[in-house]
Amino acid sequence: MFVTCGGAAAVYFVENPGSAMAARVLTYNHLAVLTAQHVGMVVISSLLAATTALPLGILISRPRLRLLGTILENIVNIGQTIPSIAVIALSFTVLGLGFNTALFALWLYSLLPILRNTYAGIMSVPPGVREAAVGMGMRPWRILFKVELPLAFPIIMAGIRTAVVVNVGTATLATFIGAGGFGHLIVTGIMVRRLQLLLSGCILSALLAMLCDHLLGMVEEKVKASI
Amino acid sequence: MIKLEGVTKIFPRQKVPAVKNLSMEVAEGEICVLVGPSGCGKTTTMKMINRLIEPTEGKIYVNGRDVAEVDPIKLRQNIGYVIQEIGLFPHMTIAENIATVPREKGWPEDKIQERVDVLLELVGLDPEVYRNRKPADLSGGQRQRVGVARALAADPPILLMDEPFGAVDPITRAHLQNEFLSLQKKMKKTIMFVTHDIDEAIKMGDKIAVMRAGELVQYDTPDRILSAPADDFVVALVGHNRALKRLNLVKAGDVARKDVPVAKGTCSLEEAKKLLQADNLPVIVIVDGLNRPRGVAYKEELLRRNGQAHLQEIMTPLESVADEDATLYDALSTMLNYGERYVVVMNHNKEFQGIITFGYLLELMKENGS
Amino acid sequence: MSFWFLVVSRWQSILESTWEHILIVAVAVCVAVVLGVGLGVMITYWRSLAGPVLYFCQVVMTIPSLAMLGLLLPVFGIGYKTGVATLILYSLLPIVRNTYAGIEGIEPAIIEAAKGMGMREITILRRIKLPLAWPVILAGIRTAVVMIVGIAAIASYIGAGGLGEFIFRGISQWNLQLVLVGAVCVSILAVLADGLLKRVEGRTRR
Ligand SMILES: Nc1ncnc2c1ncn2[C@@H]1O[C@H](COP(=O)(O)OP(=O)(O)OP(=O)(O)O)[C@@H](O)[C@H]1O
Ligand SMILES: [Mg+2]
Repeated sequence: MFVTCGGAAAVYFVENPGSAMAARVLTYNHLAVLTAQHVGMVVISSLLAATTALPLGILISRPRLRLLGTILENIVNIGQTIPSIAVIALSFTVLGLGFNTALFALWLYSLLPILRNTYAGIMSVPPGVREAAVGMGMRPWRILFKVELPLAFPIIMAGIRTAVVVNVGTATLATFIGAGGFGHLIVTGIMVRRLQLLLSGCILSALLAMLCDHLLGMVEEKVKASI
Repeated sequence: MIKLEGVTKIFPRQKVPAVKNLSMEVAEGEICVLVGPSGCGKTTTMKMINRLIEPTEGKIYVNGRDVAEVDPIKLRQNIGYVIQEIGLFPHMTIAENIATVPREKGWPEDKIQERVDVLLELVGLDPEVYRNRKPADLSGGQRQRVGVARALAADPPILLMDEPFGAVDPITRAHLQNEFLSLQKKMKKTIMFVTHDIDEAIKMGDKIAVMRAGELVQYDTPDRILSAPADDFVVALVGHNRALKRLNLVKAGDVARKDVPVAKGTCSLEEAKKLLQADNLPVIVIVDGLNRPRGVAYKEELLRRNGQAHLQEIMTPLESVADEDATLYDALSTMLNYGERYVVVMNHNKEFQGIITFGYLLELMKENGS
Repeated sequence: MSFWFLVVSRWQSILESTWEHILIVAVAVCVAVVLGVGLGVMITYWRSLAGPVLYFCQVVMTIPSLAMLGLLLPVFGIGYKTGVATLILYSLLPIVRNTYAGIEGIEPAIIEAAKGMGMREITILRRIKLPLAWPVILAGIRTAVVMIVGIAAIASYIGAGGLGEFIFRGISQWNLQLVLVGAVCVSILAVLADGLLKRVEGRTRR
């Protein structure tokens, strides 16, 4: 449904650019490029974030690394209060303009909620449950995959969901450091004061965020049903 | 004082009524105990009186006025309410909790403070210690006392108490019950009291209303409930040791034999023997100059001795004693505890009030049973 | 090196922008608290509205903030008005949600007791419900403040002023130090606000 709406909106804006200046930006080709950029940024950075944050979260939840876990948890908590625009800006000062800088910033920023929720989710498994598993002679690996992760799953998934939705929003800011995406439409729209440009960017990015939220919600249901 | 007429309550989306065609009346100054199994509609009945729940059918009168026509705020401010879950306000101190209704009624601040202290004293909590504590820092029993104090705060003529002593151990509970009863002697309030403990009902109630599945099964005095249960349900509720429970209804001071001989410690054995022979008692009670029992001398011991000795030489210290307010049930327990066949009853000034012997107790029970 | 030079030489304009930033956030939060708590309280009385209102707030949250700024721009025009409106919208969700959850989370026995003693609904709200829900509401306000400190920086792009200006000017002028100043200041502000409100929260919970 979100895809249809998005498609319809795109077609509408391309067919009715309203002005010559907007028409130059609003072509199917250009929109396709921007969409690819935006979706690419979000998908790649989210996947990278998940593949780094999940193992890291599991690692620091091990009893032997408890101390490291608490320290890292505090750092992550502070890191999460830092605004997304600041993270993008800081990455820019280090890495300069470009798609890769945006990717790095988005990866870094979505790392935090996933890492935090993985850690919190595993820590929230009642000690009694873990003890029972140990008592039944389960190996640590089996405990992790059969007990801890399934129980922590809703919290981990919530973290991923937040991370991705925030990621879509943050990715609109990537245009400031020359990485394109829907933000480009919005920013151009603001600069040249063309409502069509503005609206197309807003609607497309908002729809993308809702689509991601919805899709991840469905994944959550599926996985929940299967465990 | 409180009158229910054909009151029925059917909760939305439910087929069976929670309370069904209930009619009863609570007279002024009486404690009416609602008793029955969980879910039989006791709380619902109570909440209809202060209009926390509106009845589906029927009328309720408080002080002769139909409650449906009274402003619920005014109505509730004049009916003390102790709720089942205590429900103290966790963010307020004990004093603020108790002061709630007086504040609502706009009492002057100094009068409120005074009242709070009086009430804390009344329920046996030292105001200096507890006034500024938060509910979280109190034990379950203390919280229930505060709940009762809060309900009494504006001195309402009517009290609704929903299992006010529910969440405490049996010993504390008995203690709270006794305190409350002696309080009620002075207050003379009209009270509706909910419990599902039949023993508590017998002890506290002037009248007992037995409920089952929303219906009134029997509404009677505790004595009648015990001696003439209306049906098998009441019999089952009361339990098999009904006769024993009826001992709870009689005060030791009311039935103790007062016409028995007592002797001073300086009395000679010969004289004591004469006194004993007149009455068929297992012991003779030895009192001091102020008529306070000091000990007893056993009949067997007395008869075995000869010569010029004084009574105090064969005196055993007093153990089996009961207060005049104690019930016969308590008196019997005391006897059994000390393995004696008598219990000496004393009044509040520790003066000799009378004696209850085992044989006499059996006679009393026989009389009562018929 | 040149970073510190910049901070020292421009400290006055940095302070000014910081103050501007704080002001816009404060104004937005004040309005949002009034609206949000009001709305949150309202939906505890009209239960049927709770679902739609909370869903609406949820949807607003998924819209990227830059997009929201763009959407409101035609309505309020360039400048701080659009910025404040956006900030208010975003801070609404956590505040409404937590007000609702805070009040709904109160033990029913407590409300029942209050009613049973003849307290008026308005008194119950003022003396029982709001004080008991306050720590939860405050947590919502904290979430809101931290979030909109960041969004306010983005709002600088549409001329709402504040620390974001350093970032955007820095990027367009390729002045890395300026970007750094903006980013660092905004981050410090967010962390400080979070810490401060956490303190206040800790105090009320006791
Ligand atoms: N608000 C309500 N909505 C629907 N049903 C209710 C409601 N309150 C009570 N009931 C039902 O009405 C019946 C009587 O409840 P009530 O609370 O009066 O029981 P009770 O005698 O006080 O029990 P207990 O001893 O457990 O407190 C129960 O079956 C209960 O489930
Ligand atoms: Mg009940």
